[in-house]
Amino acid sequence: MSELVATRVAYGEALPEMGELFPNLVVLDADISKAMQTGAFRKRFPERSFNFGIAEQDMMAAAAGMATMGKIPVVNTYAVFAAMRACEQLRTFIAYPSLNVKIVVSHGGLAVGWDGVTHQGLEDMSIVRSIPNVTIVHPADAVATRKLLPQIIAHEGPVYFRLGRNPTPIIYPQDKEFVMGRAEVLLEGDDVAIIACGLMVSESLKAAEMLRAEGISVRLVDMHAVKPLDKAEVIKSARLCGAIVSVEDNNIFGGLGSAVAETLCEHCPVPATRIGVPDKFGESGDPDALFEKYGMSARHVAEAAKRVLKLKK
Amino acid sequence: MKTLESIAREIRCDIVKMVHEAGSGHPGAALSCVEIVTALYFSVMRVDPANPRWPERDRFILSKGHACPVQYAALARKGYFPVEELSTLRRINSKLQGHPDMNKTPGVDMTAGSLGNGLSCGVGMAIAAKMDGLPSRIYVLLGDGEVQEGAVWEAAMAAAHYKLDNLVAIVDCNGLQLDGFVCDVMDIEPLADKWRSFRWNVINCNGHDFEELIDAFRGAERCKGKPTVIIADTTKGKGVSFMENQCDWHGRWPTEEETDKALNELESAA
Repeated sequence: MSELVATRVAYGEALPEMGELFPNLVVLDADISKAMQTGAFRKRFPERSFNFGIAEQDMMAAAAGMATMGKIPVVNTYAVFAAMRACEQLRTFIAYPSLNVKIVVSHGGLAVGWDGVTHQGLEDMSIVRSIPNVTIVHPADAVATRKLLPQIIAHEGPVYFRLGRNPTPIIYPQDKEFVMGRAEVLLEGDDVAIIACGLMVSESLKAAEMLRAEGISVRLVDMHAVKPLDKAEVIKSARLCGAIVSVEDNNIFGGLGSAVAETLCEHCPVPATRIGVPDKFGESGDPDALFEKYGMSARHVAEAAKRVLKLKK
Repeated sequence: MKTLESIAREIRCDIVKMVHEAGSGHPGAALSCVEIVTALYFSVMRVDPANPRWPERDRFILSKGHACPVQYAALARKGYFPVEELSTLRRINSKLQGHPDMNKTPGVDMTAGSLGNGLSCGVGMAIAAKMDGLPSRIYVLLGDGEVQEGAVWEAAMAAAHYKLDNLVAIVDCNGLQLDGFVCDVMDIEPLADKWRSFRWNVINCNGHDFEELIDAFRGAERCKGKPTVIIADTTKGKGVSFMENQCDWHGRWPTEEETDKALNELESAA
């Protein structure tokens, strides 16, 4: 069993170093600084740490104001609050003027589990993906989180960085290097390509293992770059394998699956299917049990791969 | 040297002409805050039209962004861009968007227009100015109807919490909003008490009187340890008799005949 670390924890651990690297970086919280793990940063840089209380809209628009003054504000909240409660502030005051604000969210997806619908960000990637100028990065594990963070902060413009609540497997070696915006190919194969993001990459690794046992070779792609999508990798996977499965912990409408399907349709149509939250609300429960119930476990990914494989000419 | 009154008159004429030529816009809301905006750009704020992004400048956020013809006219009269460009308001490819856009219009410090958000942007600017030891003061102009937005009060709380004495909110109290009188649509009174209870320094003044306005801005500058709100008593559509206190003129534009009539009135008042 690989080591389990929540991506939000990896983020919080890396944040003080970002404070050293980027003197203009400021951290904004909305009363969930403990959950967002920003305490270490606040301890090191109390004068660069601001709590706005339970007022996400104010925090988001204040970040826009700070960015106009040359700061690099990092706002911290849950996916549901960033993408919905403060959606307009994100869209009109950060994305539209393309201000240099980093929106870091935890609690993306059904994997939030026990807290239930109010705290599960099931639509956030769909909503944010429809807003121009915003880059969306959804790292697969703690290593990717730590390695992508400095690139996200160095990137000029708004970035939506989506993290998870619960400990999830570390799939990359500690010294692995990433380039923001470029997908990582975890497994080479040519029967079917699985394109996943976030913790669904590790779920897809399990699926690939199951498929390999049945003699099916899988190309597994970690698409941390949800927007702009690494289209070249999607097209390459389609050409190499001729069948695609997208896997995400977000509504299948509008998120990674939609982005992949749009690219396939326009550039290289091949049989494809999407695994993700079906167009439904979630519920409270153990994340593994929820993934089983909502058709998002490794078993479902493997079954989907076999379905598209059959459609392949 | 032009008097503030004569600049205000020019700006009023600009507003009427711009909205007429654009065939859409919000003349009433722009006319009610002409003195406020004129006082800021031509007397109070430290700005440099030759260097619109001068880091140490004061900032102005038109949170009631639909009133932007007043800001565009003031910026043009101040020398940020040619006055002739005012006639491009709301046209395709224009610098002058239907609501303020910081990347398109020289001198606009913050994109604005969706009500209730400008004060939060100002809070962020004021915090950043303090962090960097900048002398910049941040001015945010809100409508009275706008304070019905809950986010205004989130920002009001944060501004007092962070003791932002470099932040000044001005509420343009013209008593009208799109659907009618503010007191009928959703009463905001007692407004001064609300701000006081949020730990703001409150100054009331006549929003069409330059002496009172400038006194109020100086008073705000003297107040340390907390933000100031200037509650400016104004008349919607001020200066054009048939637009005054008429909520129909919130989002209506004058015909050719009405434009001539309005310009005649404004010019004869000189």
